[in-house]
Amino acid sequence: MHMADALIVPTVAGTMYAASAAAAVYSVKKVRQEDDAKKIPVMGVMGAFVFAAQMINFTIPGTGSSGHLCGGMLISAILGPYAGFLAMIGVLFIQCILFADGGLLAFGCNVWNMAFYGCFAGALLIWKNIMKNGVTRKKIIAASVIGCVATMQLGAFSVTLETLASGVSALPFTAFVSVMQPIHLAIGLAEGCITAAVLVFVYQARPSLLWGIGTADEDQAKGSKGRLSYRSMLAVIAAAAAVTAGGLSVAASSFPDGLEWSMEKVAGSSELEADGGVYEAAQQIQDMTAVLPDYSFKDTDTVLGTSFSGIAGGIAVMGLCIGCSCLFRFFKRRNVKNSH
Amino acid sequence: MSNVNNAVREVRRISAMAQQDKWLNRVHPLAKLGVTVLYIALAVSYTANEGIGLLGMSVYPITLFVAGDISAADSLKRLRAVLILVCAVGILNPFLDTRPAGHIGSITVSAGVVSMLLLAFKGVLSVLAAYLLMATTTVEKLCSGLYSLHMPKLLVTVILLTYRYITLLMEEAGRLQQAYALRAPGQRGIRPAAWGSLAGSLLLRSMDRAETVYESMCLRGFNGAFRVSAGRMRWSDLLYMIFWAVLLVLVRLFIFQ
Repeated sequence: MHMADALIVPTVAGTMYAASAAAAVYSVKKVRQEDDAKKIPVMGVMGAFVFAAQMINFTIPGTGSSGHLCGGMLISAILGPYAGFLAMIGVLFIQCILFADGGLLAFGCNVWNMAFYGCFAGALLIWKNIMKNGVTRKKIIAASVIGCVATMQLGAFSVTLETLASGVSALPFTAFVSVMQPIHLAIGLAEGCITAAVLVFVYQARPSLLWGIGTADEDQAKGSKGRLSYRSMLAVIAAAAAVTAGGLSVAASSFPDGLEWSMEKVAGSSELEADGGVYEAAQQIQDMTAVLPDYSFKDTDTVLGTSFSGIAGGIAVMGLCIGCSCLFRFFKRRNVKNSH
Repeated sequence: MSNVNNAVREVRRISAMAQQDKWLNRVHPLAKLGVTVLYIALAVSYTANEGIGLLGMSVYPITLFVAGDISAADSLKRLRAVLILVCAVGILNPFLDTRPAGHIGSITVSAGVVSMLLLAFKGVLSVLAAYLLMATTTVEKLCSGLYSLHMPKLLVTVILLTYRYITLLMEEAGRLQQAYALRAPGQRGIRPAAWGSLAGSLLLRSMDRAETVYESMCLRGFNGAFRVSAGRMRWSDLLYMIFWAVLLVLVRLFIFQ
């Protein structure tokens, strides 16, 4: 999944560098807060371990082929998401400069696709939630397999988006996704099984090495302090949405989406005309109400308009989501009160 | 097993090359890094319409291979993996984009063929540029350069530690794999029943090693970070950077357009 420099354009590379740098700065801050000097050599040696373990080929039963570890999920299950993320940056950096495995310009993309999802989504959303009420062998297997599959799918999807936003492939979005996702589903499953085998071995031999074990009581005592609060979570999602909507929309907006592409192939045009009073009335209402028609300011077609449309759309969707969530929470509370 | 040995050999070869005392190796790491990043950014910014201009960008790798006395043959091995990946992405372009882009004699060349060739050439140039950087700059110098660019010290320390222990742990992984192969002749890879114990024992040994490393580092006065310094940038380094920056921008803007 290592992207080469030739697959991206400088604008996409810059955007992904900025996103990865923000995650790295946050991780450095969190690791510094832990104030554990002992952890630094462990991060370095664990990075080297992942590098070395990637060289070992594991036979995949029934396929006649072999796979290897990627390591994001494994390293964050041992070191935690923040230290794991920094260690993965070290691994990817060495791979990039010593083995040309992933380009120098595409380094930000590779950190995001492989380290960010593996460490942040894998550890914080999957591993932490599954291990919330204690650790068992089955839970480790479930977390490893689900984590590796999910993070691999997210990474592969990002590769597709970054490549298409760079405009280097003539493949339409749907065709690209339908090639990338199933391949990485198989790879994710294989990696999940290898990760599960290693983590189960560690759990049986030295359980204290696993992240979060033995700290469950401390976490409970801390209450919600140790977790990412809703406000912080919203801020992170808002920042990610703003980067995607404002930055990537500029690069991506010149390409037709899967549906437009299909229509163009079938009907010869991506805009279908319809006659009749109802259609015309609906069109008039839409023209009057549309603040940013065709993702631009009215009567202009500027890059600023596209970025603004992306950000404004993102804010509107987020507002709608928050509104719906509040509404659901209100009705849920009322139901609980009534049942009492 | 062979890929572990090959990887170890490759790391040692590159490190030995980077430690040589040649004029290109003595150029400040930040000057070389800046030129490399600018070169790759300019090379990948070419579109299919201006593809022929990319030929002009080959001036940088050719000059450095010749002037820096670096073997180009060794760098070509690295191109294999990148070219496979790049071609896998661009392989369908000739079939999907059949618009005529030009003629070579009586043969019409489609826009898809041009874009695929352009993609492959961009891949070659960017890998060569990164190889030239690594063949003339040690990881320590590169990290100290990044540190002077305000990269967090913690991250620089982690990268340096990872680099120092990579060969050691790769050799250990190689020994484990060799021991397994000797007990299971003719078997390809490691069978599922041994996945956990084999990689797990390597992990536990690595963690023990990390403990020992930490203790020995503490005894030598480790306080959470290495002392790294890239040294001062000299006038000649600055001149090197300005020369390449101006030349590459001029090539991008005016040559073969």
